[in-house]
Amino acid sequence: MLLLRPISAIGSRAIGLLEFIGGLGYLLADTASSAGRGLFSKRGRRMGWRSLWFQMVRVGVRSIPIVVLVLFCIGAILALQMSPILKTYGAESQVARIIAVATFRELGPLVSAIVLTGFAGASIAAEIGTMVVSEEIEALEAEAINPIRFLVLPRVVATTVMMVCVAVVGDLMGVAGGLFVSRTFLGLSFEQYIRLTFEAPKVRDFATGLIKAGVFGMLISTLACYLGLGVTGGAQGVGIATTRTVVLTIVALITVDLMFTGAFYFFGW
Amino acid sequence: MAEHAIQVQGVTKVFSGRTVLDAIRLDVNEGETLVILGGSGSGKSTLLRLMIGNERIDGGDIFIGHAGKSLGNMTDREMDDYRKSLGVLFQSSALFNSMSVADNVALPLREHTDLPEETIGIMVKIKLELVGLREHADKMPAQLSGGMKKRAGLARAISLDPRILFYDEPSAGLDPVTSAEIDQLIIDLNRKLGVTSVVVTHEMESAYRIADRMVLLDRGKFIISGTPQELRESTDPLVRQFVHGLTEGPLTDRRRAGGYEVDLLGD
Repeated sequence: MLLLRPISAIGSRAIGLLEFIGGLGYLLADTASSAGRGLFSKRGRRMGWRSLWFQMVRVGVRSIPIVVLVLFCIGAILALQMSPILKTYGAESQVARIIAVATFRELGPLVSAIVLTGFAGASIAAEIGTMVVSEEIEALEAEAINPIRFLVLPRVVATTVMMVCVAVVGDLMGVAGGLFVSRTFLGLSFEQYIRLTFEAPKVRDFATGLIKAGVFGMLISTLACYLGLGVTGGAQGVGIATTRTVVLTIVALITVDLMFTGAFYFFGW
Repeated sequence: MAEHAIQVQGVTKVFSGRTVLDAIRLDVNEGETLVILGGSGSGKSTLLRLMIGNERIDGGDIFIGHAGKSLGNMTDREMDDYRKSLGVLFQSSALFNSMSVADNVALPLREHTDLPEETIGIMVKIKLELVGLREHADKMPAQLSGGMKKRAGLARAISLDPRILFYDEPSAGLDPVTSAEIDQLIIDLNRKLGVTSVVVTHEMESAYRIADRMVLLDRGKFIISGTPQELRESTDPLVRQFVHGLTEGPLTDRRRAGGYEVDLLGD
């Protein structure tokens, strides 16, 4: 029996993981099915758009300064890191191309998503968790207001839309960081850098990055709502849910990113 | 015979193997104020949650209104309609903290009616005036005292003109004067709006003030049902202990028999 214990432990972990993913999928499906009424019906237009707008400002607009700073630095770091290696091959000008592809395909969406996880994910989980603790979710249900439509839908839509927008900003800032270093230290001219940047990546690089960003946004908000709604046990429960949201979201983002990159690689995108 | 607003028939609720409510039967008459009494953990709040459809019934059923619609077999749409016909004041008031008092009261109207904003504004003022909060309409919940939060929660509960009002521990955590004010408000609303009220509480003073009829719940079963007078004069030792707040009786004996020695010294 002792030998079986690790196997059963792995089994119960696996079941737990499947249950978690199932619950997440269920929430997402519920959210999608409430979208029609929540956003496009007459009352939906009155109530839904206002809270959607509010959430977009909260999730997206406020996180832009951080994304700007972080991606500018990453662009600059990449340029500084690569220039000595490229110099040995006499290919310093390739810095622009490498940064462009790396940022558009990978770093822009991923790093923006990680910033948004800290910004939006944590605050959504804490907010919804607090609402659970203070009986607000029960009150919504008692008033025949579906919490999924009222709370989850605007947050998921807002985060998804804003994640794409923020990723675009992030992409541009990564390029700007690279440009700054290249012009200042590597002697590339502005025109040269810009020309090389937009010559190398195809629309496909940009598009795959933004598709990823959209999926990341959906992932961040669904996880945050799911863990927030599952809060039990007061203030401590809210704290646990917030931490779990940040940790699990970052793990999920990287895993999904790998899956995407793998798929894109095999399809030759 | 009075019409029944709610009929609870043999309802059972089990939480992780523990029977919280055991084949409960209860009739709530149209227009009355029924007080459900019980100590902490007696299952009274669970019963309220079952009656408002926020908790699933494990056995038996609850029937609503003259038509006797079964709560257990309602479709989502029927459940929504039922919930629109009732108002709930939660123990913590459960105001939406991100909205002002007026927006809290307006929310059910905005969600469930096509009324224009001006009409909603007027209705909100009427409801707030009924609970004495009209001048605090623009405040946020965090700026309100406990008693004011209860009033605001009550204004929201009555915003859709419900037929049945549920109160979960309306006087919990309030000072005696505020508590008495809330009780008076419950009585007034009952009279003015002609609603049926179900109040869950363990505060005897408050219960005597508002109740037409009382029931006492203990360990998932009803011990007694009657008028405040009948409960006060009951000779049942458990009822006597609870109603008069005595330190000696079956309730404390039970707690004392909780195996302290075993816990302390081991088997």
